[in-house]
Amino acid sequence: MFEHYLNIFLTTVFIENIALSVFLGMCTFIAISKKIDAAFGLGIAVIVVCLITVPLNNFIYNNVLREGALAWAGLPEANLQFVGLISYIGVIAAAVQILEMFLDKFVPALYNALGVFLPLITVNCAILGASLFMVEKDLKFGESVVYGLGAGVGWEMAIVILAGIREKLKYADIPEGLQGLGITFIIVGLMSFGFMSFGGISL
Amino acid sequence: MANKYKEILIKPIIAENPITLQILGICSALAVTSNLTVTLIMCVALTSVVSLSNLFISIIRNHIPSSVRIIVQMTIIASLVIVVDELLKAYDYETSKKLSVFVGLIITNCIVMGRAEAFAMKEKPFPSFIDGLGNGLGYSFILIVVAVIRELFGAGTLMGVEIFPLVSNGGWYPANNLLLLPPSSFIIIGLLIWVIRVFNKEQVEEKDFSLSKHDVSPNYEKREINV
Repeated sequence: MFEHYLNIFLTTVFIENIALSVFLGMCTFIAISKKIDAAFGLGIAVIVVCLITVPLNNFIYNNVLREGALAWAGLPEANLQFVGLISYIGVIAAAVQILEMFLDKFVPALYNALGVFLPLITVNCAILGASLFMVEKDLKFGESVVYGLGAGVGWEMAIVILAGIREKLKYADIPEGLQGLGITFIIVGLMSFGFMSFGGISL
Repeated sequence: MANKYKEILIKPIIAENPITLQILGICSALAVTSNLTVTLIMCVALTSVVSLSNLFISIIRNHIPSSVRIIVQMTIIASLVIVVDELLKAYDYETSKKLSVFVGLIITNCIVMGRAEAFAMKEKPFPSFIDGLGNGLGYSFILIVVAVIRELFGAGTLMGVEIFPLVSNGGWYPANNLLLLPPSSFIIIGLLIWVIRVFNKEQVEEKDFSLSKHDVSPNYEKREINV
């Protein structure tokens, strides 16, 4: 049993890395990777939010939205999958808001560290993407917890690596038009080719 | 008046392109560009969502309290995306399978939210609609260029029609399979940004650090030779 969960975790972190293999959360990935500190803080926020929202959405999908899921309420034929998108994004927005209030009240140190990034995360496609992939893979509740954690950890790892490379790159003599955004795209492309080498591994 | 609309429409296509300058909406630009047909459908989906969401948000902009505006915008955008997703599933199920989660991800596509926040909340409905259309076209422009390069040189076809006969089918063109892999689109967009910035000098970013000029050259004439 433990092996199965470890397998899901490693697959999501390395083989199906949410940033470098399926390209989600790219906007923030490229915009907030100039400094390692900021990148690290944002990554932690993504891990926390993923870990909360993916299982929550899994619970809602399996108990309310899925075809025949409403049998306990006496509606065995209801199929609410078409409102899936709007409920997932609603759950994410609400979870982020609650998390923000909770941290503000009980863990102010962490709140100050993450503060700026938390509201940004609602519109980060990595979070919604993780929930949508969870539905597509048809995961059980326990699996979805591990999947959420793996998705967050993979994203964090990728953004910290990119920030490290970009910090070193400050001192490189790059052609004029390629500076900033252009060279960042090319670095991410090369990193992503690197991550493809995990593709052949089957666990 | 007509000129003003034209400017709103044309500007985002190259001069203020959402992808290459504003770093918005990159995620889907990478994953859906290996095939031109799929790319075109994605472009139509995004352009219609961004222009209609701009229109609707602009119509009710005076009635949205600013503290809950994000959630109101999200609801409008998510409803539009659901309509697009259901339409696609009904009329072109194959393509909707290929696009998998990326139609759903239009909700969190930063172009849609960004335009709603930056333009539709302040302007009248019609200009907002035009602005959405322009930004959708700017996004489509980059996506179509990337998709044409990837499909033509990666598989020798365009929209499934053979342009370059492949060596494996008895033709002359050896396919560059590297371009069919998703990471190659990063490199193509990086190079596209370079090309655009060669022509639009004002988009070039400032250096964090520059090499000092090497102006102390050794003076060979005055060199003393110690024998």
